[in-house]
Amino acid sequence: MIWETILLAEREIRRNAMRSFLTILGIVIGVAAVITMVTLGGGATAQVASEISSLGTNMLQLRPGQGMHGPGGARSQADQFKLADAQAIERDIYGLAAVAPMASKSAQAIYGNENWSTTVTGSTNAYLTVRNWPVKDGRDFTDVEMSAGKAVCLLGSTVKKELFGAEDALGNSIRLGKLSVQVVGILESKGQSSFGSDQDDFVLVPLRTLQRRMVGSTDVESIMVSAKDGVSTQKVKADIQRLMRERRNITPNKDDDFNVMDMQELTNALTGSTKVLTALLAAVAAVSLLVGGIGIMNIMLVSVTERTREIGIRLAIGAMEGEVLQQFLLEAVVLSCFGGIIGILLGLASAVGGAYALGVPFVLNTKIVFISFLFSAAVGVVFGYFPALQAARLNPIEALRHE
Amino acid sequence: MTKNATAIDPALKQPIIELRSVRRVYGMGAAVMQALRGIDLAIEEGEFVAIMGHSGSGKSTCMNILGCLDIPSSGQFLFQGVDVGSLSRDQRALLRRHYLGFIFQGFNLLGRTSALENVELPLIYRGAPLSERRQASLDALKAVGLQGWERHTPAELSGGQQQRVAIARAIVSKPKVILADEPTGNLDTKTSIEVMELLTSFNRERGITVVMVTHEPDMAEYAQRRVTFRDGLIQNEESGPESAEGGPAQ
Repeated sequence: MIWETILLAEREIRRNAMRSFLTILGIVIGVAAVITMVTLGGGATAQVASEISSLGTNMLQLRPGQGMHGPGGARSQADQFKLADAQAIERDIYGLAAVAPMASKSAQAIYGNENWSTTVTGSTNAYLTVRNWPVKDGRDFTDVEMSAGKAVCLLGSTVKKELFGAEDALGNSIRLGKLSVQVVGILESKGQSSFGSDQDDFVLVPLRTLQRRMVGSTDVESIMVSAKDGVSTQKVKADIQRLMRERRNITPNKDDDFNVMDMQELTNALTGSTKVLTALLAAVAAVSLLVGGIGIMNIMLVSVTERTREIGIRLAIGAMEGEVLQQFLLEAVVLSCFGGIIGILLGLASAVGGAYALGVPFVLNTKIVFISFLFSAAVGVVFGYFPALQAARLNPIEALRHE
Repeated sequence: MTKNATAIDPALKQPIIELRSVRRVYGMGAAVMQALRGIDLAIEEGEFVAIMGHSGSGKSTCMNILGCLDIPSSGQFLFQGVDVGSLSRDQRALLRRHYLGFIFQGFNLLGRTSALENVELPLIYRGAPLSERRQASLDALKAVGLQGWERHTPAELSGGQQQRVAIARAIVSKPKVILADEPTGNLDTKTSIEVMELLTSFNRERGITVVMVTHEPDMAEYAQRRVTFRDGLIQNEESGPESAEGGPAQ
């Protein structure tokens, strides 16, 4: 009986194809918009998350000052870290894969006639380990180069390209500001970071070289730490905090004057904004589904009036109230589900197109597809009920007389 | 269900339809309109009764009550001994579904729906499986002489053909009673005769009780009994020549 009724509803909808299409347009657009936005948002989130993890797995970053947001605050007054802090972490904390103290300075890189403004980072080979960044050509630093602060460097692929073009860079010397350094290796390309900056616009020199010959201080701006696989970054973080409070003589009633940021926090901060976006979308979707539902109710009321005689015939033949109600309710539900399905297909298609255009991965969110479908069905039930009830309550004698 | 109900003890010979001082009043207060002012009527199973009268005589109101579409304001309508006035709307729908067949003046077929599907409609509500339904409907259409017209929609059929589809729809569920409301009102004389002959044959061959409203004396001649309404009362009852000839076939 249900199946018969669905077939009947389907035929009734096909008879008024144009009208039915216009009726469900509201639902189609609402569902399509939600599917598109949520899918694209999901793709963007996935991309951000994967880029953050490409920064280095299990990575922690230790900086002087409070909080990770913005300059100012206690940061300016807080003592800078020294190389000894990095060595203490390496020595005292269990479960670390690498500890990379680092400092940086922007400088002009010059080779022959080529001139390129870039950021020079001073660190150790540990930096490459932490950031999971292999050397493509040449080699990394030797222990002697690092401890003696020799004038050598590794080039990011952008700097290499800008200074040398297709020419071989290995063994050649470039100038970084006033300092002449020899290129010993070229790094693998990392591409754009999730923050939009070019990660390959980068020159690495030994930390001592940067401190002594370029900056003229023994400060370490930050210390990057990566935990071994299977070691909890939370535990490492707590250990580092304890160690640093001790080394910096912070009394228990005072806050840290440094902060340890883990990548999980960064991921959460970035993906948090997409959650807000999703909530907003849900609100927009609710409104468009409401509008779509009113459209369905309207057309169902028209349909009940138009088909009064048919309802009269059915009642005379022996249809019970519930059966007439079911017929019209199902018609509304089939109509809205149809809208939902078209909306889902349209939404997925535009999400594929949008993902391609925006360069984010297409991540199919089956949950939202399912929810959209349920919602459109629910709209049919809610807004189809009143017209269906009107149909079921008709007086058969009057309905049969209706012209 | 229908079959069991047929097995009424013949010793308790009881009219299939019995109206006991039935009144039907419309409106309230000063605007009150008495459509039926106390009707007593008994129709035996297998009878063919014509109800006649001018418009406004109450015959349509009486028909609505007999069709369980309306209930008396006072008095009793007993269908197979059951007081229809005490039944709920849905119970009356079930009664129509299982025991009654309707034929209307305006045919009242579903538009843009094939003859076959129109005939199938009562069986769908009875929950008959598709194959059984299809076969019964094809048989019914054959019985009214519309073999080969199954796929045509009402718009593609003549008035007489449409009324025959309606008759097929009325008999397909093997009802106890057919209620025909001016079945020939929209038809020319020739097709009217065809329709009346069909009704007479179902009455005689299948023992279906037929109650027909008409204002055409020619058509009323087909019935065994003619009941004339006037101003909400039965004015006159007479048995026609047909009843002398045969009576209902068993």
